[in-house]
Amino acid sequence: MKKYSVFSIAKEAFNGDQGWEKAWKKNEPKAEYDVLIVGAGGHGLATAYYLAKNYNITNVAILEKGWLGGGNTGRNTTIIRSNYLQESSIGIYEKARSLYESMSQDLNFNIMFSPRGVLMLCQTEHELRAMKRTEQANRLYKVDTKMVTPDEVKEIVPIININGPRFPVLGGLWQPRGGTARHDAVAWGLARKCSSLGIDIIEQCEVTGVKSSQGKISGLDTSRGPIKAKKVCFVVAGHSSVLANLAGFRLPIESVPLQALVSEPIKPMIDCVVMANTVHGYLSQSDKGELVIGGGTDGYNCYSQRGSFSHVEETVRALVETFPVISRLKQLRQWGGIADVTGDRSPIISKTPIGGLYINCGWGTGGFKAIPGSGWATAEMIKEDNPGSLAAPFSLDRFVEGRLIDESVAAAVAH
Amino acid sequence: MLHIYCPICERYCDETELVCGGEAHIIRKDVTNNDQEFYDYLYARKNFKGVTFERWRHLFGCGKWFHVSRCTINNQVFGSYSIRDSRPPKSLLTKIKRLRVDFKGWIK
Repeated sequence: MKKYSVFSIAKEAFNGDQGWEKAWKKNEPKAEYDVLIVGAGGHGLATAYYLAKNYNITNVAILEKGWLGGGNTGRNTTIIRSNYLQESSIGIYEKARSLYESMSQDLNFNIMFSPRGVLMLCQTEHELRAMKRTEQANRLYKVDTKMVTPDEVKEIVPIININGPRFPVLGGLWQPRGGTARHDAVAWGLARKCSSLGIDIIEQCEVTGVKSSQGKISGLDTSRGPIKAKKVCFVVAGHSSVLANLAGFRLPIESVPLQALVSEPIKPMIDCVVMANTVHGYLSQSDKGELVIGGGTDGYNCYSQRGSFSHVEETVRALVETFPVISRLKQLRQWGGIADVTGDRSPIISKTPIGGLYINCGWGTGGFKAIPGSGWATAEMIKEDNPGSLAAPFSLDRFVEGRLIDESVAAAVAH
Repeated sequence: MLHIYCPICERYCDETELVCGGEAHIIRKDVTNNDQEFYDYLYARKNFKGVTFERWRHLFGCGKWFHVSRCTINNQVFGSYSIRDSRPPKSLLTKIKRLRVDFKGWIK
């Protein structure tokens, strides 16, 4: 791997930019690997990366049906935060947030992590109380958040309308270390690093069957031929149930579209991320100047990466009330991703009924922020054939045992 | 915007009038369910990619529940039937088979 640095840029400038190599190799599948990871999104790539980095396991292939980072990794609103309510959630999301801080250096790829601060608005009495509770929980687990008053909200975000009329701002939960990162760069940086560590990235390779004998996995059938492996991990977000059905078990997951949109690019007007959970809308401004807007999920299961029009309208309507200044902006692009939502809004990092088959899914509407932490925990589980302390609370058993990690109350909506 | 037929009001409604209640025809065996069976009833879902059978409610209308068959790939709506039906009616299954060659029949 050619190192990206100011010197390599200078050298290539004199060289007519002829010396740059492809960021990652396109590999043909081999007959057998130690570990197969299905899904070349952020979580799959991070899992492979930490398998190589932390455990020196590099005979790994990442299979991808479409193209690298073409699913939810490239379809989110890039928000990174860790102000969750439950201990186990705080553990994994805070791990991820702290790994994001050094990710550009680790990968030698600028992921443009921008800890610009995340502000969650409280617009009802109930939400204000819930956020105060979250703040206390965060303090107990040493996550740096604090409650701010409406006046402080106005100071942090001058364009906000705090007086309602329908949902006046009663306060906010401010996480100054939260922020955004460039989502494609996260996928590309991880892919480049994985490739340089000897991991095969195989795009255009759809899994068509799961082969197991005596309750243990033996390999996968793919559109590019059968591949053998003793350990397989599904990291396919919205399509987790489809693969689980192939493997012969069912998951506590529903796949629903979640939409995002960007406005036309304008001059800088907001320098943090604002999340308004009561009215379902989040807003931040990208480095290109577009306002990046996210909303809630559709009300029914669907696998089309579009989402319903009525939801876009609802999101924009809510944000225009909170930020009247954006009312005349035009929408530039709109897209949808398929969120794999669990009943308690917490992810699943778990072994499955089939030996040697692992699953990482259920991140629902908030997977991007967890990418490095999730990869770290999943790699540990694959190596040890048992989840470590980060992943253990998120096992599939929790639904049977009634040990839910309830984040739906903490966030109430997409997060 | 989905247009779904409400069999009670006997008219087509926009999706904003309705709420989806998730997968239909999930059976709770009886009170002696063990943990695993209760998990299957409460949480485990087919989450099928393709033709599905769901419960919908005409929230901003008659308020009544009914069944709908819909495709989760392209949102094609095949038809509605009564909430009292414990399985999709044969006429509807024949219609779906005619419209969709990939439909392999209703899986319980």
